[in-house]
Amino acid sequence: MADLEFPIPKYRDYPEVPAIKAGAMAHSRPHVASEKIQEALGYQTKLAEDWQVTHDKAIGKFGELLGKYRSLKVFMDSCVHCGACTDKCHYFIGTNDPKNMPVARQELMRSVYRRYFTLAGKMFPSLVGAQDLTKELLDEWYTYFWQCSECRRCSVFCPYGIDTAEVTMAARNILDTVGYGQKYTNEILGKVNKIGNNLGLPGPALENTLEGLEEDLKEDTGFDIKYPLDVQGAEVLLVTPSADFFAEPHIESLIGYGKVFHAAGISWTLSSYASEAGNFGMFDGDYEMMRKVALRIRKAALELGVKRIVVGECGHAWRIAYAFWNTLSGLGAGANDPFAIELQKQLDPRYKQPSHICEFTWDLIQQGRLQFDKEANDHRIITFHDSCNVARASRMGDYPGGQFEIPRNIIKAVANKYVEMAPDTIREATFCCGGGGGILTDELVEARIKGAFPRMEALQQVVDQHGVNFMATICAICKAQFTKVLPYYGFNMRLVGGVHQLVSTAIRLGNEQ
Amino acid sequence: MTLFFAILFYLATALFVVGLAYKIYDFARTPAPLSIPTTPAPTTTTGVAFRMTREVVLFESLFKGNLWIWLFGWLFHMGLFLVLVRHLRYFIDPIPAWLLFFQPFGKYAAFMMIAGLGGLWARRFLVERIRYITTPSDHLWLALLIGIGISGAAMTFVSHVDVVAVKAFFLGLMVFEINPLPAHPALIIHLLLVALLLILFPFSKLLHAPGVFFSPTRNQADNPREKRHLAAWAAQIEKN
Repeated sequence: MADLEFPIPKYRDYPEVPAIKAGAMAHSRPHVASEKIQEALGYQTKLAEDWQVTHDKAIGKFGELLGKYRSLKVFMDSCVHCGACTDKCHYFIGTNDPKNMPVARQELMRSVYRRYFTLAGKMFPSLVGAQDLTKELLDEWYTYFWQCSECRRCSVFCPYGIDTAEVTMAARNILDTVGYGQKYTNEILGKVNKIGNNLGLPGPALENTLEGLEEDLKEDTGFDIKYPLDVQGAEVLLVTPSADFFAEPHIESLIGYGKVFHAAGISWTLSSYASEAGNFGMFDGDYEMMRKVALRIRKAALELGVKRIVVGECGHAWRIAYAFWNTLSGLGAGANDPFAIELQKQLDPRYKQPSHICEFTWDLIQQGRLQFDKEANDHRIITFHDSCNVARASRMGDYPGGQFEIPRNIIKAVANKYVEMAPDTIREATFCCGGGGGILTDELVEARIKGAFPRMEALQQVVDQHGVNFMATICAICKAQFTKVLPYYGFNMRLVGGVHQLVSTAIRLGNEQ
Repeated sequence: MTLFFAILFYLATALFVVGLAYKIYDFARTPAPLSIPTTPAPTTTTGVAFRMTREVVLFESLFKGNLWIWLFGWLFHMGLFLVLVRHLRYFIDPIPAWLLFFQPFGKYAAFMMIAGLGGLWARRFLVERIRYITTPSDHLWLALLIGIGISGAAMTFVSHVDVVAVKAFFLGLMVFEINPLPAHPALIIHLLLVALLLILFPFSKLLHAPGVFFSPTRNQADNPREKRHLAAWAAQIEKN
């Protein structure tokens, strides 16, 4: 743990809203994408020398987005500055920077909207809080739109449902367009486009990793648990975040998925071409980029001839799979291009397409096809961290809120000791881990540590009261982020893990072969 | 003066109707390319109608978000609603029985409205975070609305105006006849401010009123696995 140049926020005695500290995070800036990274994605490679060129291009893109996205247009017009969102953002609670209040973050963009796209802002800019787009303001966009994890917590409480995530995505899309991209996100997009996963892990390396995993598991369990890759005609294609292939604790969940398939006797495969569930195209709100990444999965499913598509533990990936895949790639009902029609014929209509791995496992548990030794998890006192994109941007099962119940049901089916964190920090009111939406990069460590503060505070309570020693979650970013920030708050980094890690511990694999 | 107000109200009403209709058309024609309801969300259109009704009538999200803002905001809006319904009596002749029944509620709702506005305005000074996000126009809107409330209530509770003549004036406007408007200071202030509100409405944050109905996070059903959402411009990309 490196020495930090800033103090870790102190837990509050009672949850009062902190006083604002103007400019507290004005210095926070992620690394700017290099020309090479930008070029690979087809974005302008760098900011133009002449500010006027950048200015005109940014305003032009802004106008284009206003015509394409009703969310952006309605959200720009509808805010009344009521203040309901001001204390809802984890970055505000952790940093106290007023520009991390959702409304103030939006105002960075809305002030420009008013100036260029409304009569009131053109005529009386200072009266209505309108301002010209300047280089300084664009820099401020870069600073503060990269302190938003697009977690949508503010949108839950807004009387008009204004979702800052939509505003942040639009702002980043404009920044990309003028050559002001963020290195972390755009570099990863380059890798997934070129190689098929965010880690840039090529097919042979993936094959090696999976073979090694099979050998380890044979040694540990005595069973031949398989991690099939590119198997034609398998029943299920599993698409999972590539972090699952070797990062800790992610791989523990991958082990869990394999054991579930093994115990249920369902044939499955991974794809080396589509070896990534994550889709960072969402973070910058670039529809075409997101579509390009999503089409890889459709192509893999068609080539492998699978009947079902299941998505592993990943928050934003599940949002895209659940809510966007049908739109982007026709994976679901209703698309009428030849590939989509072929896919619809191929996929088994008895199952939801795509399904979340938790829906998959829970169905098997309900059918009695999986058995568990719950006592195997007795050394763990477990709590569950709802990941934002699963909680507020997707669903599992047949009813609203299934995304909260199904993971909890699985935990309770495989373990005996489970407690909830404070009600205003879970389910739809869950706090982001602090690393989502493209923030999970080293140079943003201050925003990440401070952004994790509300979750750490709620976790500390259940650790103190119930001795919680395991926080389960179903998101690769949450897992990576917590592994990094937990130690700063005095916790063991191994306190975080996946739901299928718990499944893995308790599942009965059958008679030894 | 009668002529001035007659022209003003024709103008203000025209701007209000045309401006608002244009904004609603603008919202409606802009596609929502992705399914983005804030979940958990209803899975059916009927469910969405219920969610929207709760949002518009009870301010459900705001209630979850902040009780003080909810209290003042709800008092103001419900007060305003009751007051507006009562005002129908100046535009309908004869007055139907249900509207007569409504009279006392609409009358005292003025205090609800003013109290709510007062609370909202106080928060703009007293709460540091809200002071930070407040623009001059936010103050001016509150001043305008409170001005309308107080000048209106003054005519009911302090110094009566010849309401029969006022009604004759507005009924006349509706059939393009100009009847004399009583010269009463509270009435003049009241009508000037109302006309100003009508004119500014389509250019201001008051667009939250139509906006909420078009908010994709609230008006979309949560059914993306069953139903494909595809905007025209996105369908165009698929052809490439």
